[in-house]
Amino acid sequence: MKALCYNSVKDLRVENVPDPEIISPKDMIVRVTLSSVCGSDLHIINGFIPTVKAGDVLGHEFMGEVVETGRDVKKFVKGDRVVVASVIACGECHYCNEQSYSLCDNSNPNAYMPEKLYGDTMAGIFGYTHAFGGYAGSHAQYIRVPFADNGAFKVPDGLPDDSVIFCSDAFPTGYMAADMANIKPGSVVAVWGAGGVGQMAMQSAWLMGAERVIAIDREPYRLGVAKEKSKAETLNFTELEILEALKDLTGGRGPDCCIDAVGMEASGSGIGYAYDKAKQWARIENDRPLVLRDAIMACRKGGTISIVGVYSGFADKIPMGAAMNKALTFRMGQMHGPKYIPALLDHVQNGDVDPSFLVTHKMGLDQGQQGYDMFTKKEDNCMRVVFDPQMRM
Amino acid sequence: MATIKITSSEFIDRIVIKPLPTGSSYINVGSTERIVSASAGLALMYLGLRKFSMPGLLLGAAGAALFERGASGYCPVNNLVQKNSAKRPVNSSEITKSLTINKPRAEVYQYWRKLENLPNFMQHIESVSQTDERRSHWVAPVPGGVGRISWDAEIVEEIENEKLSWRSVPNAAVDNSGEVLFKDAPGNQGTEIYVIIKYLPPAGAIGTTIAKVFNPAFKQMVKEDLRRFKRLMETGEIPVSEAQPSGKQLTFNDTTHDKIEKEYESPML
Repeated sequence: MKALCYNSVKDLRVENVPDPEIISPKDMIVRVTLSSVCGSDLHIINGFIPTVKAGDVLGHEFMGEVVETGRDVKKFVKGDRVVVASVIACGECHYCNEQSYSLCDNSNPNAYMPEKLYGDTMAGIFGYTHAFGGYAGSHAQYIRVPFADNGAFKVPDGLPDDSVIFCSDAFPTGYMAADMANIKPGSVVAVWGAGGVGQMAMQSAWLMGAERVIAIDREPYRLGVAKEKSKAETLNFTELEILEALKDLTGGRGPDCCIDAVGMEASGSGIGYAYDKAKQWARIENDRPLVLRDAIMACRKGGTISIVGVYSGFADKIPMGAAMNKALTFRMGQMHGPKYIPALLDHVQNGDVDPSFLVTHKMGLDQGQQGYDMFTKKEDNCMRVVFDPQMRM
Repeated sequence: MATIKITSSEFIDRIVIKPLPTGSSYINVGSTERIVSASAGLALMYLGLRKFSMPGLLLGAAGAALFERGASGYCPVNNLVQKNSAKRPVNSSEITKSLTINKPRAEVYQYWRKLENLPNFMQHIESVSQTDERRSHWVAPVPGGVGRISWDAEIVEEIENEKLSWRSVPNAAVDNSGEVLFKDAPGNQGTEIYVIIKYLPPAGAIGTTIAKVFNPAFKQMVKEDLRRFKRLMETGEIPVSEAQPSGKQLTFNDTTHDKIEKEYESPML
């Protein structure tokens, strides 16, 4: 089969790789119909998340059609249309029992790697480096889905692929960001990052009863989408002093809930940005925590910071004094997919949210490099490039 | 039935049953003598086997015996004449490890107690067979596929669903002993298991040095085995990802790959 593989930093290639096979009885094989690029892939492709190897198949946000099931797969039969959580979880360990699926004890075969890095292991993720399990990704014609009964969900009839694909990752991540942000009726929610996850966080904030939603980005077209599709007020941080603007917009208090949907490769300006960029270039610091710093400074006293933008290692100059003395609450994590996906499919079916506006470009796998370049450089008003691996090449 | 009460902190200081120095860890040749023996043996083997001839083979065989004496630290002649040129302190290496398994204590214990199950998660053990109520026979392949080693072990103490301790019987390939404790985890999180393994390095003083080098690897091995045990108990399988499609298989001959990978790999790991 064809698959889009990592070759080296900023170098992707389409390769002929062997078809996946059922290895464990709980596996199933899915014929991928859509597979999306994701901002977190860029951290891998740009060389900031270690343990990726040449030849690794990328991609973790996908849907498709079941073509083969292992003997212990109970929920699915051949031909079912499914959307699959990007995070792989066993469904049996203590963390899975608590629905903290991204903390699964068992799904990462390379547990010793994150153990060294993070002090414990976390769940495996499709196509997301060997430290996160070394599973082959979804930018391929077929994919093996381990623990299929736990991670895959049947797509209700009649829902188009474009509306469903983001229930794999972007929607549950954004939804979890809002869920963690402690949103109550009357809350003012600020969301840094108006990409796929940010947009989903904004729309989820409305579902949870937010009073106002403010989007922060530097790309005018993304802020335009935030305004039009996610009904957010917008702030462009290249045009104004963001901390001041947030105070001015909120009666001098600051937002109640601050969501970081950007993560380790934040862009910005000024001395802080230059400092982080230089350290990251020299590999002294993995993460550029510009958004996190701003969120801490902007958040109202006693407010909540919710982090779903990915950080991988060490971040410097975090204003802990502000965080502590303002009594902020921090919540964060990779998304617990299976906890949210059934409810999100309901929201899509009811028409509460239709994430299909994120699909701005559709391509075949052979245009993989081009797709990622376009996504990275935010060309042609790109929100998300979605690959159709079955497209004739 | 007697029950033992043990807390996690006590576990660290707990004195376990010690392995008896009998098998390969028993040495009676001193260090200098061993180095001389081993080197002389190697030289003789080289000289003897360089040409294929009867005297050559004999020389080679003598060399092999001498090398074996040096490498193992055990000399049958020394043993016969009751001579022991080794002045050795017997220091056993110890590995401790604990893990929580999200299954009831009885279930976890019963799986472990059926010793035939152990190779299902102990990666380096080929088979275990129970020979009588207390004794078992263990077989492990030698790394590199050059043969097998085997030894017998006996259960020294057994408290159902709580504790199992064992010791290798005299003349084991690796003198070892150990203890596994099973304890309810707080907050209904299943079972905590505590494993303590003591073993005598296979060759006295030189062996101690070797053990220092290999102990971390051995510790990691025990850790990975326990993790496999947990995964098997909780999910019924041991998740794998390596046997999956990768472009590497086809582009491996592209020599730039390894270089790029090394340059790229973050120094954090």
